[in-house]
Amino acid sequence: MRNSLLLSAAFLIGGSGAGFANEALQGLIDDPAQWAIQTGDYKNQRYSELNQINKDNVGDLQVAWTFSTGVLRGHEGAPLVIGDIMYVHTPFPNIVYALDLSQDGKILWKYEPKQDPDVIPVMCCDTVYRGVAYANDTIFLHQADTTVVALDAKTGEVKWSAVNGEPAKGETNTATVLPVKDKVIVGISGGEFGVRGHVTAYNMETGEQEWRAYSMGPDSDTLMDPENTTHLGEPVGVDSGTATWEGDQWKIGGGTTWGWYSYDPELDLIYYGTGNPSTWNPAQRPGDNRWSMTIMARDPDDGMAKWLYQMTPHDEWDYDGVNEMILTEQEVDGETRKLLTHPDRNGLAYTLDRETGELLVAAKYDPAVNWTTGVDMDPSSDTYGRPAVVAEYSTEQNGEDVNSTGICPAALGTKDQQPSAYSPKTGLFYIPTNHVCMDYEPFRVSYTAGQPYVGATLSMYPAPGSHGGMGNFVAWDNINGEIKWSIPEQFSVWSGALATAGDVVFYGTLEGYLKAIDSETGDELYSFKTPSGIIGNVMTYEHDGKQYVGILSGIGGWAGIGLAAGLTDPTAGLGAVGGYAALSDYTALGGQLTVFALPD
Amino acid sequence: MTKCTILSAGLTCALTVLAQTATAEEKKDWSSDPNVAVAYEEGGRYYTEDDVPTYFINDEGKVDWLTYSGFRRYHSECHVCHGPDGEGSSYAPALKKSALNMDYYDFVAVVVNGRENVGASQQSVMPSFGTNPNVMCYLDDIYVYLKARGTGAVDRGRPAKKVGKSDAIQEAEDACMG
Repeated sequence: MRNSLLLSAAFLIGGSGAGFANEALQGLIDDPAQWAIQTGDYKNQRYSELNQINKDNVGDLQVAWTFSTGVLRGHEGAPLVIGDIMYVHTPFPNIVYALDLSQDGKILWKYEPKQDPDVIPVMCCDTVYRGVAYANDTIFLHQADTTVVALDAKTGEVKWSAVNGEPAKGETNTATVLPVKDKVIVGISGGEFGVRGHVTAYNMETGEQEWRAYSMGPDSDTLMDPENTTHLGEPVGVDSGTATWEGDQWKIGGGTTWGWYSYDPELDLIYYGTGNPSTWNPAQRPGDNRWSMTIMARDPDDGMAKWLYQMTPHDEWDYDGVNEMILTEQEVDGETRKLLTHPDRNGLAYTLDRETGELLVAAKYDPAVNWTTGVDMDPSSDTYGRPAVVAEYSTEQNGEDVNSTGICPAALGTKDQQPSAYSPKTGLFYIPTNHVCMDYEPFRVSYTAGQPYVGATLSMYPAPGSHGGMGNFVAWDNINGEIKWSIPEQFSVWSGALATAGDVVFYGTLEGYLKAIDSETGDELYSFKTPSGIIGNVMTYEHDGKQYVGILSGIGGWAGIGLAAGLTDPTAGLGAVGGYAALSDYTALGGQLTVFALPD
Repeated sequence: MTKCTILSAGLTCALTVLAQTATAEEKKDWSSDPNVAVAYEEGGRYYTEDDVPTYFINDEGKVDWLTYSGFRRYHSECHVCHGPDGEGSSYAPALKKSALNMDYYDFVAVVVNGRENVGASQQSVMPSFGTNPNVMCYLDDIYVYLKARGTGAVDRGRPAKKVGKSDAIQEAEDACMG
């Protein structure tokens, strides 16, 4: 069998040293029988070449086997499959199970870290965890309390551990890590606690810290070169990470790094985005607040920033810039270019040249987006690359203690971290979205280490004047900046999508449905209600010649908190009960993996 | 489209369920409940006969300042775990019930000190807010707002009409926030 031969070869290389880990991991990623990395591949495409399950037979899909994780909280991310072993993670307490796929998922080993439960309430919006990473015969677990642990993939024994942050200051983790070359790239959460975001590289073999790049601060902290690091083609200048802040606010400035990372081995650059500036009250932090809300391209060897693009200068709405950075090679004006596509929380999807950071497209991927009229695309303009803010929806211009109403999208963003998929066959991006708007009233807050540092009152509701649901599943053309089609959903779509060579796209819903749709038309081909709401990401693998599709259920996360009781409609008038569906009427807590296959 | 039909059906269904819940909650008359009824006012704050803070809604339907302020503070400090409008979430319990079922002093103690409920099937941890002025300076505000939510005196969403902030409340706020 071709796939097993490839795999053995990969393991052999993997055993020969850390320097080759990247090539070994790349080999596993290139083998569609494996699901070796949370993002599907280094490009974050979430596309599989497997086509045994295709648009003609996906309607016959059946549940092949299931696995209870024993944990009730929100289950984000997905299992990995390396050879005969599936690695399943859980939210806090961050258990890792190694399941033997040759023995009906028998538990080969289980690792449960001891963590101080005091980290739980410091995690804004549930104790989610977006999954383990694999490289060099090692599983990398990044715990809620920011401890990074390297586990022997065969035995579960601890090889090393490193502490990345201080939960007592509000530093926590929800994200996966990215193994690149001989390093593991690690982010941090805590933007709602005044954490100053950073990205850190640890040595894959020893766990030693190799570099750390902060999102704001002097150049020695941000790892920027005033001359050679560029923003939209221009040098950033000296200490750009403090120059647009007043006083010491940058020290508690946010810009956390809890999203998805991608990597281009040819350019040797990693890509990721930074989160919201702290606090949510924009009046307390005058200036552009660089480099919050920024797409970053860095050298994985020393962390130096090559180029940046700040999407939302001086955020006024909590539109974190951490969503996935999807790398593609596509034709633009007759020329094949290396692109980076990023559907941002602010409701704009950006297409950039990932070599230079040149901005090519910035367009709304939900028509409801109203806080901006669009981005200035004229390189000769003083406001080049900046979004034009609509005064009515500006919480800065309306001021403190004023309730700005009808802002779209809500702080959840047009999408949050739930990752999109890209099919090279259709050239389309499949984007899970929220269709929710908000009222936002900022007010003055004081900072206490380890305490929430928010400073705004929010109420959210489904986008007015639309289909009444709180989500859409959108097919996006990143070259023309156009929505190809859009499927209305009753709730936000909070599940990562998967596209396959079988011309099928999969995603989950908050009610708990796993859905399969036609990648060209969006027509629904299959739907199955799993035991709990889905905020996990769909994955696929092949074992003994058979293709499987896996999804974690387990309602929770921001979606479970915001939508459990349903949303109210502020336009419904006095005394009206919430006019929209409550998620708690559809689903309840429970972590479970469901694996699907075609009947024999 | 079939999708839209399914969607509409789902919405209709949900509305029915919500309406039934609302009817069930309206049965109890809270106005004479000693933990709710206003005994006296002091500088724009309202108290029960046991000197416990409570909400007040005047003849014009205006909520007192603390209730309005509590709505704002709740939706800044509490709702990211406990969900909108005190309704609870997949992560933490519905506080609109806690404000009615718990003794005021117990409520304060939990907010100040936190609470842990960690076991095999549950990992709930309420943090200690004792050092957080954004919570501690508005504790009564949040409490009376949740009480008003619990009795149904205040609907979901932002209270539409309110009485302005009294000088006494402003002075206390300035002193507390520093």
